[in-house]
Amino acid sequence: MSKNASHSDVFESHKKLEKNVTLLAAATLGVVAIGGIVEIAPLFWIDNTIEKVEGMRPYTPLEQAGRNIYVREGCYVCHSQMIRPFRDEVERYGHYSLAAESMYDHPFQWGSKRTGPDLARVGGRYSDAWHVQHLKAPRSVVPESIMPSYSFLAETALEVPDPAANLSALRAVGVPYSDKDIAAAETDLMAQADPEADAGDLAARYPKAQIRDFDGDPARVTEMDALVAYLQMLGTLVDVNSAAAQEELTKAGAGR
Amino acid sequence: METVVKRLGVWALVLLASIAAIALTPDAGFAIHMGIVALVAVILIVATATSYDPLAKAQSIFKMPPGPSRYDDDVVRWGVIATMFWGIAGLLAGVFIAAQLAFPDLNLEPYLNFGRLRPLHTSAVIFAFGGNALLATSFYVVQRTCRTTLALPGVARFVFWGYQLFIVLAATGYLLGISQGKEYAEPEWYVDLWLTVVWLAYLAVFVGTILNRHEPHIYVANWFYLAFIVTIAMLHVVNNLALPVSLLGAKSYSAFAGVQDALTQWWYGHNAVGFFLTAGFLAMMYYFVPKQAGRPVYSYRLSIIHFWSLIFLYIWAGPHHLHYTALPDWAQTLGMVFSVMLWMPSWGGMINGLMTLNGAWDKVRTDPIIRMMVLALAFYGMSTFEGPMLSIKAVNSLSHYTDWTIGHVHSGALGWNGMITFACVYYLTPRLWNRDRLYSLRMINWHFWLATLGIVFYTASMWVAGITQGLMWREYGADGYLVNSFVDTVAALHPMYILRMVGGLMYLSGAIIMAWNIAMTIAGKLRTEAPMDDTAHDYAADRPIVAQPAE
Repeated sequence: MSKNASHSDVFESHKKLEKNVTLLAAATLGVVAIGGIVEIAPLFWIDNTIEKVEGMRPYTPLEQAGRNIYVREGCYVCHSQMIRPFRDEVERYGHYSLAAESMYDHPFQWGSKRTGPDLARVGGRYSDAWHVQHLKAPRSVVPESIMPSYSFLAETALEVPDPAANLSALRAVGVPYSDKDIAAAETDLMAQADPEADAGDLAARYPKAQIRDFDGDPARVTEMDALVAYLQMLGTLVDVNSAAAQEELTKAGAGR
Repeated sequence: METVVKRLGVWALVLLASIAAIALTPDAGFAIHMGIVALVAVILIVATATSYDPLAKAQSIFKMPPGPSRYDDDVVRWGVIATMFWGIAGLLAGVFIAAQLAFPDLNLEPYLNFGRLRPLHTSAVIFAFGGNALLATSFYVVQRTCRTTLALPGVARFVFWGYQLFIVLAATGYLLGISQGKEYAEPEWYVDLWLTVVWLAYLAVFVGTILNRHEPHIYVANWFYLAFIVTIAMLHVVNNLALPVSLLGAKSYSAFAGVQDALTQWWYGHNAVGFFLTAGFLAMMYYFVPKQAGRPVYSYRLSIIHFWSLIFLYIWAGPHHLHYTALPDWAQTLGMVFSVMLWMPSWGGMINGLMTLNGAWDKVRTDPIIRMMVLALAFYGMSTFEGPMLSIKAVNSLSHYTDWTIGHVHSGALGWNGMITFACVYYLTPRLWNRDRLYSLRMINWHFWLATLGIVFYTASMWVAGITQGLMWREYGADGYLVNSFVDTVAALHPMYILRMVGGLMYLSGAIIMAWNIAMTIAGKLRTEAPMDDTAHDYAADRPIVAQPAE
């Protein structure tokens, strides 16, 4: 068999696909399915993508409501939440982001553009009053900013139609809320931003939860309260300054 | 009679269900969407029950040729009009958000803030403009390359109108704050479900037409259309897996989280580019370039090699959106390596398209439509070289999160997708409306130069902006401290944002000139101008093969 013949055999057999749309479609689907399976499937069982890290916990109902506002307003379009392991980036934003830190993020909000700064560790960096003033009128705080204003958040009462249903839905997709959490969802939501209310065991069920009025208006729980509560906890859950590697800490915690 | 009753019944049920949903939902945005659905149901009830024929009305407004066409081209004509409409809308949205970045006081809270408007622009240009172009051209091309009329003509009409409903629900949703928070997959769960129904109908019409073909071989353009339809279905379903909080509310939570969600999203996002914006548009190229040039496609073998390698390699490229993030390193490396390899099949497509002009290169001088096609292929080549370069981790460490990515996107979108779509619409319009030629060939030339200049302004300003950002973020002083605060970089970009807006305005102006040209062509007008060459419409040959009855 000459070389030419074996080459044209391949092209000859392609004609079979060109004359049969079912074969063509099936071959196409098979070919395009491979890459996704090889790259995505292992992420569900490989250790370093599913490891637990000490400190991580689900969002409180108020933080989750704030996160939903973050998604609704499209904040991820200008702000990333993923610090890369570069010297300049770590110096500017803090410790590089761990995979586990977004393990309860449905959907993930790593972002793909920094029109504004990264927010992965913005928690605790600015005061509540700074956030409220900046969200209401960004250029009153940062004159060169091009961020839009969000003053309507401070005027809008926080309305979550069914806080318990939100947590149940999240539990169904893998976030480990307890029955107590779900039952107390409505109370937790309002109590976390109301200094007069009794937060109960909120702080015990959600370690490091920040309980105070956030928007400067203690009489109401507004969307501003929720968003600032969310921003103020970003990057604060995991103790990135501890000396030991996180892996060791978790293993130690698990008694191994 | 029975069909009328059945249809009335179906729409009446839909109307009742949507009214119930409006009454029961606590979610204002969801209620507005159910209102849109109710309105659609009312229109369809009125149209079915009375003699009011909205389609006939529309046909007369858009001057559809009287009598049956030899091919089933009504949906193609609607698609061409929809492509132009959504194109202008999407480009206008783009110029507006570009203006907002240069002049932030243009943000009008809450509905017209940048965060809510940006997906309006991306969805309008990709899915509304690009999607309708793909619908129209695929229905045109599949009929003619199979020498048969569209299978399931009623379903084909459902596909078109169902797709427009999807666009309206997505667009109104973004302004209302209904978004899943994942790029190019923002529409919520119920809109996603609707799109899945429409998409399966699309697959049925397309494959059905191929099954009915009178040409034994399936032409290469149809391989690319088929790959586009099949792969988008796979990507859409997997990436949009989500659990609604309530069946009477818009909000849902994605099935995956964190790292897993990130890679699922960018497996989807990159392949929306690879299959929606590349494979589908290569299909357009494979039909319309040889037709306009009057030359056969350069190489059959090259088309086979680059088709299979393109659809195989593209899927792996997703991780290049996640370099140096918390995605595992092995996945990043796979993404980078496959992205670099992807350069080859992409240029295979460009070469096949450009070399088709062998023996007809003089047409670049005389035929403005060919000029657009060549420019489109050139930009395709540029973007599919820049893409692999940006996928290299070292380069990406500078470019990620910067405007360089935006520049890259737009050289591909404006240069390749926009220009090839414009060329195809210019080709189609006189043929679909039985006109001897377009209203004006010289206006195509004005469009060509405005668009080209616009792209140059856009990409150049964004390259400068992106590299400026990247370098300023990592700049250290002699004292060992970072030199620039974040907002210093924002201020430095202001002139680039203005130049980008200017580029977008030029591109939009070209599109407006095109819309005028197309409208005048449909109206049957002819502009008195010095002639430029064009490829004639051979009316006698443009017919399906119809089986002859036996003696």
